Amino acid sequence: MNDMRIVERAVETRNIKISARGVQVHYGDKHALRDVDVDILDNTVTAFIGPSGCGKSTFLRCLNRMNDTVAVAKVSGTILLDGEDIYDRRVDPVQLRAKVGMVFQKPNPFPKSIYDNVAYGPRIHGLTRNKAELDEVVEASLRKAALWNEVKDRLQEGGTGLSGGQQQRLCIARAIATSPEVLLMDEPCSALDPIATAQVEELIDELRASFSVVIVTHSMQQAARVSQRTAFFHLGNLVEYGETGAIFTKPSDPRTESYITGRIG
Amino acid sequence: MPDIRAGDFLMSVFILILALLVIGLAGFVLCRARAVASVQGNVRQLHSLPGYHGWHGFIMGVLPGLAVLVLWVIAQPMVIERNLSNYFPTAQFEDAAQRTLLMADVRRVAAGLDTAVARGAMNAEESVTLSTDTGSVRDRLASVGVALGAEVTPQVLEAAQAYRAQAATGALWRTVLTLAVAGVAFLWALRLTQGEFRARNRVETVILGLLMLASTIAILTTIGIVLSMLSETIRFASMYPIADFFFGLTWSPNFQGNSELGLLPLLWGTLYISLVAMIVAVPIGLFTAIYLAEYASARVRSVVKPLIEIIAGIPTVVFGLFALVTVGPLIRDWLAVPSGLGSSGSSVMTAGLVIGILNIPFISSLADDIINAVPQSLRDGSYGMGATRSETVRQVILPAALPGIVGAVLLAASRAIGETMIVTMGAGAAARLDLNPFEAMTTITVKIVSQLTGDTEFNSPETLVAFALGMTLFVITLGLNVFALYIVRKYREQYE
Ligand SMILES: Nc1ncnc2c1ncn2[C@@H]1O[C@H](COP(=O)(O)OP(=O)(O)OP(=O)(O)O)[C@@H](O)[C@H]1O
Ligand SMILES: [Mg+2]
Repeated sequence: MNDMRIVERAVETRNIKISARGVQVHYGDKHALRDVDVDILDNTVTAFIGPSGCGKSTFLRCLNRMNDTVAVAKVSGTILLDGEDIYDRRVDPVQLRAKVGMVFQKPNPFPKSIYDNVAYGPRIHGLTRNKAELDEVVEASLRKAALWNEVKDRLQEGGTGLSGGQQQRLCIARAIATSPEVLLMDEPCSALDPIATAQVEELIDELRASFSVVIVTHSMQQAARVSQRTAFFHLGNLVEYGETGAIFTKPSDPRTESYITGRIG
Repeated sequence: MPDIRAGDFLMSVFILILALLVIGLAGFVLCRARAVASVQGNVRQLHSLPGYHGWHGFIMGVLPGLAVLVLWVIAQPMVIERNLSNYFPTAQFEDAAQRTLLMADVRRVAAGLDTAVARGAMNAEESVTLSTDTGSVRDRLASVGVALGAEVTPQVLEAAQAYRAQAATGALWRTVLTLAVAGVAFLWALRLTQGEFRARNRVETVILGLLMLASTIAILTTIGIVLSMLSETIRFASMYPIADFFFGLTWSPNFQGNSELGLLPLLWGTLYISLVAMIVAVPIGLFTAIYLAEYASARVRSVVKPLIEIIAGIPTVVFGLFALVTVGPLIRDWLAVPSGLGSSGSSVMTAGLVIGILNIPFISSLADDIINAVPQSLRDGSYGMGATRSETVRQVILPAALPGIVGAVLLAASRAIGETMIVTMGAGAAARLDLNPFEAMTTITVKIVSQLTGDTEFNSPETLVAFALGMTLFVITLGLNVFALYIVRKYREQYE
């Protein structure tokens, strides 16, 4: 871990954006997540790390109720967004997901043009009043996702015709086009080359100014570079959660230590 | 009368095939064992797995023999027929129709002689020496229960006797040659089998050949159908002005030679009824598919889907009855008569509605499969953006599934256009050019059937027109399919 540079972190008091207590997830008989308590702060990048299959994606999907679409999944416990229970009957998952956007592990552009992909969210939520505004949002989102220069001449071509890394940045642009309050990113860089990764990391850092970002990553370096807080999951348990610097320099749990030093994984 | 000759023939061919299979089995066992033995049981030194050596032995034991058998069975009747030509005047034999009749007579008498011998009414020698000089052959055969239409002429009797002799020789040679070829191929396979031998490649080649043969058969059949229809259509065109056929506004065939055979009323009926059918079937089928694929729970789906598919299993004639006794009167009494648009029980509406119902499960089940094939990640992406179910369906899933759905719809349209039974019973048989959907009309398929029923001689424009109609129908459905392919390709390009 020599190249790990732990950025200086301003320790300011930030609001709690999402507060999860006692979250349990079952997929049928499988107990995938046990008793997770986490507070995710506003204007902060939170990294979820942990070995494959430990429940990072599962927990991420609880935060915008994407597990509702999985028939066998059962979520219990409470998750508050700005103090409101998102699993309350009165909450419409559709509105929730407009506020809590998501970028998936695998790039999944829609079978539409690049433009229509990015315009998808603003259109369904009625965020723009006219074509010019929509154009602006699309351009701004593509620029933020570091994709604008590559696609500005082919906006009407299919989004599925892009390379894997370009597709993933398109999905990021699509997710930020609705200006969510929280952005959940599930391994957003797993299909990207180092340059695009650096661009996305830069973007994440910028997004922090306006959103709260949660990122799942298998790269310890990436977690150290972009996040202020880190949560370590292991076998469905949240083992440790705290300041990224603290987790990486003096982890309190032996499992965390062996994971970040590469002994379990 | 049980045809002893045919029975004997089938029996002997069946036994031959069994023999070939036995040789093949032996080939499998021996070649496999020999391959293993050739490397002292160290199978890893073989080029191909022992099983491939075995299959190679089997193939060599069966296929060459089978090929000889098949060729022989096809060729023997032709050769014998040619040989028999010198029993008859050349002129008689040159004419195709007369020759067919003569050969049928010869075969019948030969079969009669076979039966007589088999029943013990005649000994084998007598059946060969029998001649018309010594009395009526017809009476002789009638006494053993072989009824012949007319008295047997000396030529036919002689030809029949020659036929029997040649057929017997042919059967003998057939057996000998088939077994000989199979034996030689079997020994050859055994000789080839050793460690280095590339049995796998050979077996793969044979499998490839079999698969290609299967696909060729389908293609050749289609070509055959087209060619046979085309030749009859051309005959039709030589008897009836083809422009009148394509652009004629009246369809009134009669057999006095002044028929008007205009296609347009039939074409109109076909398209009109199909249109009504598609207007019924496409939305309902598609909505059903969307409900099943995107909204229904697994439990509901497992009940509803089979129930809908039951419709697909109902014979169309039953649908026809439904059209005739239920839908037709209902439409007449509740829609047509009150609105003053007609009083006919059979109508475009009736047939279209019922064909539409028939096509619902077809569309829904195809579209359901296609929608299910849209990757879950696209749904996740859309839901993750905060889209509702219907937004996801409309904006993501349907566009992604569109090429397949268009294909399904056009297939259903082909079916609607080709439907006959329901139209006959639901829309009637009156050819008419009319916009009123409550009037009886008819389609191309119905007229094809009615022009051909009761008539087996294809020599008047009134019967031959059926082939021209069939050809038209073929071209229409072909056009639909080509169009479907075009759409599918076009959208594929855009989406992948
Ligand atoms: N739809 C599902 N049905 C059943 N089990 C599931 C489902 N999704 C996830 N699981 C199970 O839940 C556990 C946690 O899965 P999850 O996808 O959250 O892992 P992860 O930490 O994201 O792993 P990775 O780093 O490989 O993406 C796994 O054991 C997985 O098999
Ligand atoms: Mg995951």
